[in-house]
Amino acid sequence: MLPGTVWLLAFFLIPLLFMFAASFLKPVTYGGVDAGFTFSHYLRFFEPNNLAILWRTVVYSLACTALCLLAGYPVAYVISVAGKWKNFLVFLTVLPFWTSFIVRTFAIMFLMRDTGVINTVLQALGLISEPLPLMPSVLAVMVGLVSGFLPFMVLPIYTSLEKLDPSLLEAAEVLGARPFARFTQVVLPLSMPGVVAGSLLVFIPSLGSFVTTDLLGGGKTVFIGNLVQNQFMKVGNWPFGSAASFVMMSMVLVAVLYYLRRRDQAQAMGA
Amino acid sequence: MKGRALPPWLIAITAAVYAFLHIPLLVLVAFSFNDSKFVNWEGFTFRWYQELMEKDALFEALWVSLEVGIASTVLSAVLGTLLAMGLARHRFAGRTVMESLVYVPVVTPEIMVGVSLLLLFGWFRLDLGIDLPPMLKIIIAHVAFNISFVTIVVRARLEGMDRNLEEAAMMLGADEITAFWRVTVPQLWPGILSGALLAFTMSFDDYVITSLLTGAGSSTLPILVYNMAAKNIEPTINAISTVILVGTTLLIYASERLTRDQPLKH
Repeated sequence: MLPGTVWLLAFFLIPLLFMFAASFLKPVTYGGVDAGFTFSHYLRFFEPNNLAILWRTVVYSLACTALCLLAGYPVAYVISVAGKWKNFLVFLTVLPFWTSFIVRTFAIMFLMRDTGVINTVLQALGLISEPLPLMPSVLAVMVGLVSGFLPFMVLPIYTSLEKLDPSLLEAAEVLGARPFARFTQVVLPLSMPGVVAGSLLVFIPSLGSFVTTDLLGGGKTVFIGNLVQNQFMKVGNWPFGSAASFVMMSMVLVAVLYYLRRRDQAQAMGA
Repeated sequence: MKGRALPPWLIAITAAVYAFLHIPLLVLVAFSFNDSKFVNWEGFTFRWYQELMEKDALFEALWVSLEVGIASTVLSAVLGTLLAMGLARHRFAGRTVMESLVYVPVVTPEIMVGVSLLLLFGWFRLDLGIDLPPMLKIIIAHVAFNISFVTIVVRARLEGMDRNLEEAAMMLGADEITAFWRVTVPQLWPGILSGALLAFTMSFDDYVITSLLTGAGSSTLPILVYNMAAKNIEPTINAISTVILVGTTLLIYASERLTRDQPLKH
């Protein structure tokens, strides 16, 4: 097991520590770092435009998680009771997950851009004369994020619904619970581990996304990921880019800690 | 859970979600056969596929992607499996720390892996005078990212395995190495395969890390597709996308068939 550990330390953990150190150093023009301790890069996140980027990243990622939950829960439920269709539906759900992310993003662009399929069809039907401004937009970014991460929501919920003991539902029914009450008081609480895990698996990549926001949102939806990429690839201010990465990481950490607490609570209740 | 009649609205929502996930891709595929540079349908053609065959850059990118994918998959499958066995089978100081370390890459956004390695390799170049070839950088990064996924998948398989089989083999006279290859590995094989498949797909699909590490340098297939998508030029990109889609679907289907119905034999 030693080589694997060394690899993880050398090319995963140490670079992260490096970057953490770099976030307190002085920038060099066109990339690189210089000696000298400073907090200034982190303080820049209190500037209004950077605060706006943080706010947008968190709010949109939460919205994406909520939409995935709303769309994904019914699907997971249907799969769990689908009988002989189960394997096929699981296959349909994981297929996009295995499909190239760039290809899926391009498919959305192909539908939504000014000269895309939707606008062309609507114009051909004479319903609109000018193309609708579908893309770049917040809507397009949401479509991209939700369709990208939905499988991460469906699968954990499906797994926890699978484990649900049907006799509990029968018991609830015998005791006079109506379908709605059976759902809110039996099914939903018992599937919470899946809901929490799925939400984490959607929220984290959403926080870190920059390709989707770039291609589908243009300049309108700058996420913190775009800021990081910009600092490293264009502006060349590596320390500020590093600080932005750790601001992102701290948001991820909050989500993970929340997840762990919920999981421990659930385990304590189960025991 | 099983068999109750589903309310129609629930089925409608599910159908709508699957339509939302799959229709964009189906439209993309359909238009790869459209005999026009624009989205008005002008008739069926294979000409975009013929044009693909003439693009040398495409084959170069495909080749780079395959090389990177195979190299990083083999490395991460071997390292990840060993790590999983070490974690599952041995008690040692720092084991809990190691276990948490394995989960860090899973919750770290890809972009952080990319930029932190960009810093590390930048330091290699500027202060140590070591400039690694772009392809090696990508492989190192992909392995660092994928070891954990292999470890987690293989470990899940290990947990369900019966150690007694190995001990029985050794009592019957097999040495430790023979027991490992003849008893442990065959039982672990489906886990290793699914871990490797996950690693290969993530490597083959990766745009984020590669683009950060190589800039304009050695281009993989996702980078080529991204550049074409950003410029949104010719319909050949629909054709490339279709080829990638069909390729991954077949790969997933084949691996499903390979790994399915192989429960642990006790």
